[in-house]
Amino acid sequence: MKIEEQPTTVIAVAHLIGRVEQFRKGGFRLVQMNATQVGDEFEINYSFEKDYRFENLRLIIPAETEVPSISGMYWGAFVYENEMHDLFGIAVKGMNIDFNGNFIRTKVRYPFRNPTFQGEGPCQRK
Amino acid sequence: MSKKIVVPFGPQHPVLPEPIHLDLVLEDETVIDVVPSIGYIHRGLETLVAKREFTEYVYVAERTCGICSFIHGMTYCQGVEQIMDLEIPARAHYLRTIWSEYSRLHSHLLWLGLFADAMGFENLFMNSWRLREFVLDVLEETTGGRVIQGSCKVGGVRRDISDEKLAAMAGDLKSFETELSDLSEVFLHDDSLKSRLVGVGTLSRTDAYDLGAAGPVARGSGVAIDLRKTGYAAYRELRFEPATESAGDCYARCAVRIRELFSSIDLIRQAVEKMPEGEIEVKLKGMPDGEYFSRSEQPRGELVHYLKGNGTKHLVRSRIRTPTLTNVPSLVKMLQGCELADVPVIVLSIDPCIGCMER
Amino acid sequence: MTYLKRSPWIIHYDASSCNGCDIEVLACLTPMYDVERFGIVNTGNPKHADIFVVTGSINEQNREVVKNIYEQMPDPKVVVAVGICAASGGVFRECYNVSGGIDKIIPVDVYVPGCAARPESIIDGIVKSLSILEEKRTKMNSPAAKKDTQSGGIQ
Repeated sequence: MKIEEQPTTVIAVAHLIGRVEQFRKGGFRLVQMNATQVGDEFEINYSFEKDYRFENLRLIIPAETEVPSISGMYWGAFVYENEMHDLFGIAVKGMNIDFNGNFIRTKVRYPFRNPTFQGEGPCQRK
Repeated sequence: MSKKIVVPFGPQHPVLPEPIHLDLVLEDETVIDVVPSIGYIHRGLETLVAKREFTEYVYVAERTCGICSFIHGMTYCQGVEQIMDLEIPARAHYLRTIWSEYSRLHSHLLWLGLFADAMGFENLFMNSWRLREFVLDVLEETTGGRVIQGSCKVGGVRRDISDEKLAAMAGDLKSFETELSDLSEVFLHDDSLKSRLVGVGTLSRTDAYDLGAAGPVARGSGVAIDLRKTGYAAYRELRFEPATESAGDCYARCAVRIRELFSSIDLIRQAVEKMPEGEIEVKLKGMPDGEYFSRSEQPRGELVHYLKGNGTKHLVRSRIRTPTLTNVPSLVKMLQGCELADVPVIVLSIDPCIGCMER
Repeated sequence: MTYLKRSPWIIHYDASSCNGCDIEVLACLTPMYDVERFGIVNTGNPKHADIFVVTGSINEQNREVVKNIYEQMPDPKVVVAVGICAASGGVFRECYNVSGGIDKIIPVDVYVPGCAARPESIIDGIVKSLSILEEKRTKMNSPAAKKDTQSGGIQ
């Protein structure tokens, strides 16, 4: 039994702002944004909710595409957008608070893009 | 006009059990802007899905956070079950509900203690944590672990609780409830506490909703979002109402959590009463292929585990969106305009869980 | 018995722990376990502390913080690594951002196992570290060591 329906609409980057605006006007709140690497492309999910109705927008973009920021409509989106930039290296244009890659400081640049793992070497100094 | 100065807060700070860094821009004693910076606890555990099979990743998911570890594990398992279209036995749902509510009790009591400590009320801190040990004892007796339980698995739960033990648990809640009432009396009606909390760090209802606040932060501002209302686990069969307050200040957030403590006790009693007989797990068939946003109500608010599988034993992506992350924008709003001396109390009032937030 | 052994002060730092061990360290201070009855006090200032209790593993960002806190502590000092993450990186040791156990950065005297470490074992670890602290103190105050520091001091 499904707990809830989760409709997802795939849209083009050019339509993003317009669609998000509709959600904003419709009184939806932003639940989360995230990126997933699928092959050479990235999927970016924007999740919205109103009265427990959960809906998603999805962009499917090649790695080097610049995505417009939605922080003009949802002020709090900067946490997700900075995170997306720092972990996946997705360029987001026009963020209200831009940390310039210093939101999450990591050992490797853009670690979630083809993630690497530590070897089996000794984990202690002895 | 006076000069602006920047005061760093954290990462190592007496009131913070965990490291977070805030740059506070001050004008005299008033905070006019806040820039959060995180990453002290970032481990990158979401990438481990590529290394661990989907049944093993439960252990990693549980260790996202040591405070709400059970709910993390459960939300992950629930997501995989939804992808695989796996119907788990009713008893497993009820056991998950009971452990979730005990986790909420332990987490809220922990927070009450830390909150009291941030206000310099050490006695109250000690008393909250003394009471919390009762909850941890129950968790330890039923799962084997105090803070990391490891009792959830994809397809059900790992252990059962006998009916005698369930009855005893429900019985023991009585004395716990009495002690909790005494404690909450102090939190809600003590003048010195009230003077520190009422009107401090106010977040309006519109701001809370627009900034995507979750959990007690949202409910303290009158936004009645409680993911348990979506009816995951056994919540669809239990009666409860989300606790809300309208003031949106630190006092309101504290009051919400105290009311939730009592509501958790009630939910545990209902679950024990309605506990169905039967199996506690089902056998797994196949591999997860598909995606799901598994959502649940953690003590700190809405938790989202986004899971995507491609039909192999390794998931493609696990993304854990924790309530603290979504409460950061609200925290920034709350801090703007407050006094420097109130910063610790306001920061704690969102119940920050940095371990979760940075993963 | 010396004052140091009677009443050691600890400083706790959360490296990249999941919180599980942190709250157990805090739980040691609260009425159920109450290490304060032994005179053990949790302080927020590294310059007051004798025992450095670290939970969680080393990552890029906290590397310097851990080193800095350790260096600020006065001699003699001991380090207690609490939990399996602090010992070796634990379940997260393969993560790209985790460098491994605390001993990659600073010398560790006592390892407390467990995920999460139980308050009983944490107390046990701290008690073990007390005798190491005592040893270090004796060594530091021995005539040979004193001579060393005098000759090595500012002329």
